[in-house]
Amino acid sequence: MAKTARRKQLESAALYPLDWVEERSGLVGYTKWFLFRKVPHDISWAQTLGAAALTAFLSQAITGVVLAMYYKPDPDKAYDSVVNITQDVTLGWLVRGMHKWGASVFIILLFFHMARTFLFGAYKYPRELNWVIGVLLLVSGMLEGFTGYLLPWDQTAYWATVVGINLNATAPFVGPFLAQFLQGGLNIGPDTLPKFYALHMLLIPGLIFALIGLHLYLVVRLGVTSPPWSKTAAGREREETGAREGLIRDPAVEGES
Amino acid sequence: MSDERDTHQVPTPSLWPIGFAIGVACVLVGLVVSVPVLVVGALIALVFGFLWVRDLFTTRPVSSAEPGIDERPRAATVADLDAPVDRATFLSLSTIGVGALIGAGITLPPLGFAVLPSFDGEGIQESHANLGPITNFPEGQYVIATFLENPDQGEVSRRTAFIRNNGLTNDGVPSFTTIYSRCVHLGCPVQPNGPIDEEAKKDVNGVELRPVLAASFGCPCHGGLYNSEGNRQAGPPVRSLDRFEFSIVNGDLVLGRTFSVANVEGTGASARIAKYYKAYPGVHVDGVERFLYPIPTPGSTGN
Repeated sequence: MAKTARRKQLESAALYPLDWVEERSGLVGYTKWFLFRKVPHDISWAQTLGAAALTAFLSQAITGVVLAMYYKPDPDKAYDSVVNITQDVTLGWLVRGMHKWGASVFIILLFFHMARTFLFGAYKYPRELNWVIGVLLLVSGMLEGFTGYLLPWDQTAYWATVVGINLNATAPFVGPFLAQFLQGGLNIGPDTLPKFYALHMLLIPGLIFALIGLHLYLVVRLGVTSPPWSKTAAGREREETGAREGLIRDPAVEGES
Repeated sequence: MSDERDTHQVPTPSLWPIGFAIGVACVLVGLVVSVPVLVVGALIALVFGFLWVRDLFTTRPVSSAEPGIDERPRAATVADLDAPVDRATFLSLSTIGVGALIGAGITLPPLGFAVLPSFDGEGIQESHANLGPITNFPEGQYVIATFLENPDQGEVSRRTAFIRNNGLTNDGVPSFTTIYSRCVHLGCPVQPNGPIDEEAKKDVNGVELRPVLAASFGCPCHGGLYNSEGNRQAGPPVRSLDRFEFSIVNGDLVLGRTFSVANVEGTGASARIAKYYKAYPGVHVDGVERFLYPIPTPGSTGN
């Protein structure tokens, strides 16, 4: 008897901070809304590819921030600083290796995730917008690849970027201007490397974070799709999600028919 | 059917999008194959695109027309707009307006700073590279010249040119063939096909000169091949190799800006060079494809 009372006391003491936060912010409720969701019972490992891609991106973000502490985006010093990171800085070889190979893992997982979504028909109504956001994420991920490839500033990086920029230049009408913006002048010059560095570590990652936020919001709001072979999902009445309360035109007009 | 709302997104069946897609496909094929196909494709796409758009705007209301649709509140009419703006509307509009002004004041300068330097000032400044006395260039033979185009920028401005002294033109003016090493496919470094005379290598004030017996030029990246005048012989390049403008100052060969070449007729001192402003690799300077790139980028024209 005394034990359970004691236990209750302990539990309430442990939960008190959570309640304190919840009362003042509602964040516990939002976290529960985000994490503790109903999912179809017949989902499999295939539905974890998105989370895997997210993990790969977070790994890139963390290792990238640490690499930025040792990397010098200056045409005269960049290559030496990369050599320094790889050969001298403690564990530098590991972190740079994680960033370098993780980049490919990220892109590959994006494509697997995209293939799963396509083959399962998970892009269909009402999830079209999330497909569009996913495509934007793929493009941003590739831009990360393109801008990051220049940073080691070795021969491979330089000539690959020359070719990449000139590929952009062949786009009709705007291509030459895009290329000239990317290289910061008529040729790849001293400003190109810092520009790619800023794009690679500030602008595009910020964009990716924002897009991931939207992407996850829509995943939570719309739920996970059942696989196409699911017997339980087919023919089930759709739950009213309140998805129409913000509509500008009156949904009742269509409902009357 | 328990929920008709699931179907409201489905457009009415229509063949117009398919026709539009066929038109676009014709345009794409025409871009590669021929102009008439392109024109026909564009016409098909325009016609079907028009029909499709008209369909979207006309059939929707008709299919969803229900009794009572006209009784819904209408949007503001001209008569409403004549009414004086009330206090709340005025305040919210002016708040939005001030916010937009502040936002523009904050975002426009950084945006200009991010974009304009690539098209203005330092980014497009002209450079002159002195390659030393013209006596270092034996007549009728290519020399690989490697130099810094802009010593202030350091190694990143290192360029390679293939220089051939052609002797004098019929007018008695010194003639040089000054080919820029960047492939006009995608910008890889073109290599001369022939033995390099390493023993005759010279270093003139930081400019490295290596004579080579170049019968042609090849690109290692995607197999572009050019003849000894820089004309495309095989592979993906879309024009002839770019060249440097040159002048002779106090007996020294000085390279100026680069320009693009559509084609070279003849050889050496009697060559006729179809000269254009400096275009990016892969960009057509002549033929019908040039209309895809109507505006030269700042700094490429020489003014």
